[in-house]
Amino acid sequence: MPEAETSCRIVELTVNGGARRATVDVRSTLLDLLRDRIGLTGTKKGCDHGLCGACTVTVDGERVLGCLTLAASIDGSDVVTVEGLADGDELSALQQAFVEHDGFQCGFCTSGQLSSAHALLREHTRGDLSAASFEADRGAASCGRVCLTNDEIRERMAGNICRCGAQANIVTAIAEVGRGRA
Amino acid sequence: MKTFQFGHAKSVDDAIGTAVATGGTYYAGGTNLLDLMKNGVEAPDVLIDVGRLGLDAITATPRGGVLIGAGATNSVVANHPLVRTQYPVLSQAILSGATTQLRNMATAGGNLVQRTRCPYFMDPAFAACDKRTPGSGCAARGGFNREHALFGASGSCVAVHPSDMAVALAILDALVHVRGPAGSRVIPLDQFFALPADHPDRDNTLAPAELIVGIELPPSACADHSWYLKVRDRHSYAFALVSVAVGLDVADGVIRPVAIAMGGVAAKPWRNRAAESALVGKAPQRAIFQSAARIAMEGAEPLSQNGYKVDLGKHAVVRALERAMR
Repeated sequence: MPEAETSCRIVELTVNGGARRATVDVRSTLLDLLRDRIGLTGTKKGCDHGLCGACTVTVDGERVLGCLTLAASIDGSDVVTVEGLADGDELSALQQAFVEHDGFQCGFCTSGQLSSAHALLREHTRGDLSAASFEADRGAASCGRVCLTNDEIRERMAGNICRCGAQANIVTAIAEVGRGRA
Repeated sequence: MKTFQFGHAKSVDDAIGTAVATGGTYYAGGTNLLDLMKNGVEAPDVLIDVGRLGLDAITATPRGGVLIGAGATNSVVANHPLVRTQYPVLSQAILSGATTQLRNMATAGGNLVQRTRCPYFMDPAFAACDKRTPGSGCAARGGFNREHALFGASGSCVAVHPSDMAVALAILDALVHVRGPAGSRVIPLDQFFALPADHPDRDNTLAPAELIVGIELPPSACADHSWYLKVRDRHSYAFALVSVAVGLDVADGVIRPVAIAMGGVAAKPWRNRAAESALVGKAPQRAIFQSAARIAMEGAEPLSQNGYKVDLGKHAVVRALERAMR
């Protein structure tokens, strides 16, 4: 492992489709790299300890916490942030639903909520389970064909805290888009 | 955070060799380790990234079980068809812990070696923690201990192991495959975790530089009758106050082999074989579940604030057994 000699590393990432290269302190998290070096400040730092979900982004197709991801550890990965969810000025269906259903108030958690919600729909389509899935019948849990009920949405969004209390409207927004896909 | 050297290990042998040469710490998902580094609880000089070693496969074994690569994420394990169908209690236990974001990062091997969430361990502002600083005492024993251990604690540490996955692994008699400077070995799960005794700083029986490479699940006859019940302060995204994993093999209306393990009550998943024996050969009914639950909580040694766990544990064992039989 001869590369482990300095406290700085060069990290190459694809961020929202564009190639990025930065020299980072080995202690840098993905969250700090995105905000402070790349200038993508849509992703927020809430607790910085993996508790609140405000820093949720997608790495190689799966949602993760930017604050608990060492930038050096994901060298070469494909990252999508909240800035990569819309198509230019055209909001994604989930973004539009958050607007229509008042899915936010102060907005600080919203980028994480949106990143999580987009991932949630992909995961559900793929047949991923949640802890709530076992409360229904076991056959459905075993084969992964679970209905996207509000209980499922709440459990799958548990990692994103909203202190304004917009969670009920967030569930409504996700359910609407989820139903449209089903 | 204190700085460190960081490198991607090229192979398992490279990782082990680097650990021996540098005293470095293995790094996979980082969800617990990086947080502890931010808090100043851990300060490794060298981080050895073992996330690119191809240890993430989940495969059927020739004897009818499943081998889970240590680098498979919690999400991948919980959603894998082999795990869902043969070991649904493991899927359920994993999915009851943390959140999707964390489960997408955290690995199976890392889940086993995560540290306790005892608040006195997690924050160096508290001077007394024998697990963090051996010889400094235990702030929890005379402090806030409503979440702490009932079984197997010592004078110097009353912390509990936080893993849900490990509680399910305990009833499945999982085998932990490790590799180290002295070669490969297999550790049965009930010998993997260490009770605090004289060395509360040691959570498990891994030797220095040993790396978990896989977790083997032997064939199980309990897939049709298993359940993971987790009781906590809020419905989601909280550690267990008490949890119970049960698996029963029922034939001709009679319980045959059965396994019961509890989480949130000790420094390791707490298997109670006397309670299991009380069920074997009996019809699965509430009265017999209640007597097994009483046996399961015998010998509990509550602290000043966690006596409620004794009663909670009894009810949780009964509920888990009943749910497994539905």
